[in-house]
Amino acid sequence: MKSDWKKIGRITLVVIPLIFLIIFYFYPIWEIASVTLRRLDPDWMKDIPWGIISDAAGFTVFQAVLSTVLTLVLGLPAAYLFGTYRFRGKNLLKILTTIPFILPTVVVAAGFNALIGPRGWLNLLFMGLFNLAQPLINLQNSLAAILIAHVFYNTSIVIRVVGGALEQMDPNLEMAARMLGASRWKTFRNISLPLLLPSVVSALLLVFLFDFTSFGVILMLGGPRFSTLEVEIYIQTVQFLNLPLAGILSFLQLFFSMAIAFLVMRSGGQFIAPIVPHVKSERLRSPEKPGEKIFLALMAAVLIILLVFPLLGLALRSFLSVETTRAGQVTAWNFTFDFYLSLFENTRASIFYVPPVEALRNSLIFASASSILAILLGFMLSAGIRGVKRFDRIVELLILLPLGTSAVTLGLGFFSAFSRAAASLRYYPLLIPAAHTLIALPFVMRVIRPAMESIPESLKDAAKMLGASPFEVWKYIELPLILRAVITSLIYSFTISLGEFGATSFLARPELPTLPIAIFRYLNLPGGNNYGQAMAMAVIILAVCALSIFMLERLQFRKAENDRMNGHAHT
Amino acid sequence: MNKKMRTISFGILFALLAASCAAEPQTLTVMTHDSFAVSEDVVAQFEEEHGITVEFLLSGDAGSTLNRAILSKDHPVADVLYGVDNTFLSRAIEEGVYESYNSPVLENISDRFKIAPDNLALPVDYGDVCINYDKAYFSGNDLDLPQSLEELTDPVYEGLLVVENPATSSPGLAFMLATIAEFGSDGYLDFWQDLRDNGVVVVNDWETAYYTNFSGSSGQGPQPMVVSYGTSPAAEVVFAEEELEEAPTASLVGENMCYRQTEFVGILAGTANRGMAENFVDFMLSETFQEDIPLNMFVFPVNENAKLPDEFEEHIQVPENPASLPLDEIREKREEWIEGWREVMLG
Repeated sequence: MKSDWKKIGRITLVVIPLIFLIIFYFYPIWEIASVTLRRLDPDWMKDIPWGIISDAAGFTVFQAVLSTVLTLVLGLPAAYLFGTYRFRGKNLLKILTTIPFILPTVVVAAGFNALIGPRGWLNLLFMGLFNLAQPLINLQNSLAAILIAHVFYNTSIVIRVVGGALEQMDPNLEMAARMLGASRWKTFRNISLPLLLPSVVSALLLVFLFDFTSFGVILMLGGPRFSTLEVEIYIQTVQFLNLPLAGILSFLQLFFSMAIAFLVMRSGGQFIAPIVPHVKSERLRSPEKPGEKIFLALMAAVLIILLVFPLLGLALRSFLSVETTRAGQVTAWNFTFDFYLSLFENTRASIFYVPPVEALRNSLIFASASSILAILLGFMLSAGIRGVKRFDRIVELLILLPLGTSAVTLGLGFFSAFSRAAASLRYYPLLIPAAHTLIALPFVMRVIRPAMESIPESLKDAAKMLGASPFEVWKYIELPLILRAVITSLIYSFTISLGEFGATSFLARPELPTLPIAIFRYLNLPGGNNYGQAMAMAVIILAVCALSIFMLERLQFRKAENDRMNGHAHT
Repeated sequence: MNKKMRTISFGILFALLAASCAAEPQTLTVMTHDSFAVSEDVVAQFEEEHGITVEFLLSGDAGSTLNRAILSKDHPVADVLYGVDNTFLSRAIEEGVYESYNSPVLENISDRFKIAPDNLALPVDYGDVCINYDKAYFSGNDLDLPQSLEELTDPVYEGLLVVENPATSSPGLAFMLATIAEFGSDGYLDFWQDLRDNGVVVVNDWETAYYTNFSGSSGQGPQPMVVSYGTSPAAEVVFAEEELEEAPTASLVGENMCYRQTEFVGILAGTANRGMAENFVDFMLSETFQEDIPLNMFVFPVNENAKLPDEFEEHIQVPENPASLPLDEIREKREEWIEGWREVMLG
């Protein structure tokens, strides 16, 4: 009898998130698919431009694989750095390297432009130093620009996901192996690597999916010569209203991304060793050998140059403007806080003007709602499918579907499915947290689930035997052990929501804009003030994001401190 | 705890669903693109006069907005659709999203704007897509301004122009249509080939072209000529960092160098609010609304009685002979033209 109830409980835990998925993913997709079918021309098959399709598909796979590899090349050593060493400024660096993830593409483009654009800081410097007539660095409309931007965006995923797992790894295992005579390399290959594999696979999957469906970066930084499936879907939908072709492209995008995700997952992500994760990061140590110190310094420098400098370029640009001649000679430096101050003036008396504080408030409300929702659903699913073989992989793939789906197509689906129901537009923005949750959920799952699976059943059984209630087991055993994973998921679902532009742009009511929407509105018109205000607004998002991450990390730190104090009190 | 979690998430789901089902009377919904802007007191005036609330449904760029109107035409989500321009108008009419309306205010509007059959869509505003140039660059280098599209292929202008991809950008499409008006359907690609050989820079979106590439904007890029709007010089003055006497940029307005875009408003077919929708369309064409348009959206009002702000009188060059093409021709050949352009420019 009792086990029946337990079974029903488990099923409910899985069913609720699936219902969410059905309402907010499958229903909209079904709606847009049926609209497409209704609009089918009888002989539409004749005009399918297979050339365009195969070019776009080929380039999409090519740039996604290349971007992912490069991101791992930078991300894995960086994760090792954060997961192994203690050093001064570590927390700050960790926060700064997470921020790129939230930035809307328009802002990233502006940030790169401020740093390495034709009149960016670096080119101005070189042109001044060497008396050059032409900018030294010209990356506009190149594959390099796409790759750099993808690495800039996604390295933080690898750092957080893999670095977090590394930090919590039980150091005794590695030590034991070394004591038994295994070389450093052998220990790494046979002990550390297999233990880390699930987190590496998670990071790889997420990075790959983000790169595969990337839109803004390709459009704004890659330029017209590079067309991915998502860009082609946008053109076919918006420019030509060719829904059947857009449908084929969307299907291909979904198929390829899920097929590759499936292969990656099969390749080793499912092996999770039941080893108690260490809360207090015993593995962390200060760098001692010269080699370690050099590695640390080099790695930190690379991270700062690639991930922090563009942010700095952006920040500088928001209160410093430079006048130059065409030859790149600086004629004047102007320092001003006017852009920040003028953010509060409604110069056009526009009905849609909202003070930036309100845009910020909207952003924070949506971000809190969607991260709580994503964590709840992620928890339920992870608990529900624990230990159920086969089924768990299907669920994992289902959860990943929204990440592989074309945002343009899903956007139209949302519109077809919900615009009728939301007859009064007042309630339309309530869909925003749902849309953000769809994007954040795969993240939460890929982080929380391995953490939960790694807790050995014996630990919980022991607690139960000693008389702990299920709630106590959850609170005192499970929660502390997965706290880091929970914080990481919170940080990502929060920042995903803060930076999200695509879905928000058509779900937000004009008087309830989020920060990215407000930035876009400024950049929509010519004029020095609009540009400056957009930069100032971007810096505000940066600051808010940094502060939120800082506070979330504090939460984890405080909890660990409390536990330690309590521990002392008991002894 | 699981139970608690369940209750909470059920609660959230129900709140979302219940909220999205509730209905609200006495509102007029206007579907439009996200560049739409209007002064608060102007809308308030209409709302007071008619005792109604006006809700604006911003639905992405102009193309996306029209697509949403088309996809929802069987169950319209709004009463009025504003912002379809003459490059998209033929699609809107063909798909039957509008109901015709012979507004009495139409008499104050010149016939050249009324191009929709049966007044299915009514003109509201117009603007020209023109090449903006950086005044300082041209005077500093003693360079003459190009007087025609053809002259842009002259080697003295090598690498000096940035344009947008017509497949992804509305000004990019308008400028390509200007070249078709000038060189014809079979000649425009030769011109573009010459332009390409002369080092024209192509980007996907207006923001990048204007802020990253154009030397006359605050981005201070490398190209002194950009495809933008005829009104951009006025916006540079209105939104200047420091007060400016003179615009830093100006438009090239030679024959067929600019393409005129007209934006339309129409009543969505099947609206339950026809009377109020008519009132709103009349209002959009009235002097009050029309005089509010320029400084909010940086386009010209079509109503001849509407007075223009000083910035528009002083800093904008208006082309005498802007290019235009018949609606039917655009509808038939749009895809072919864009694909041809992509092959020449990106192949």
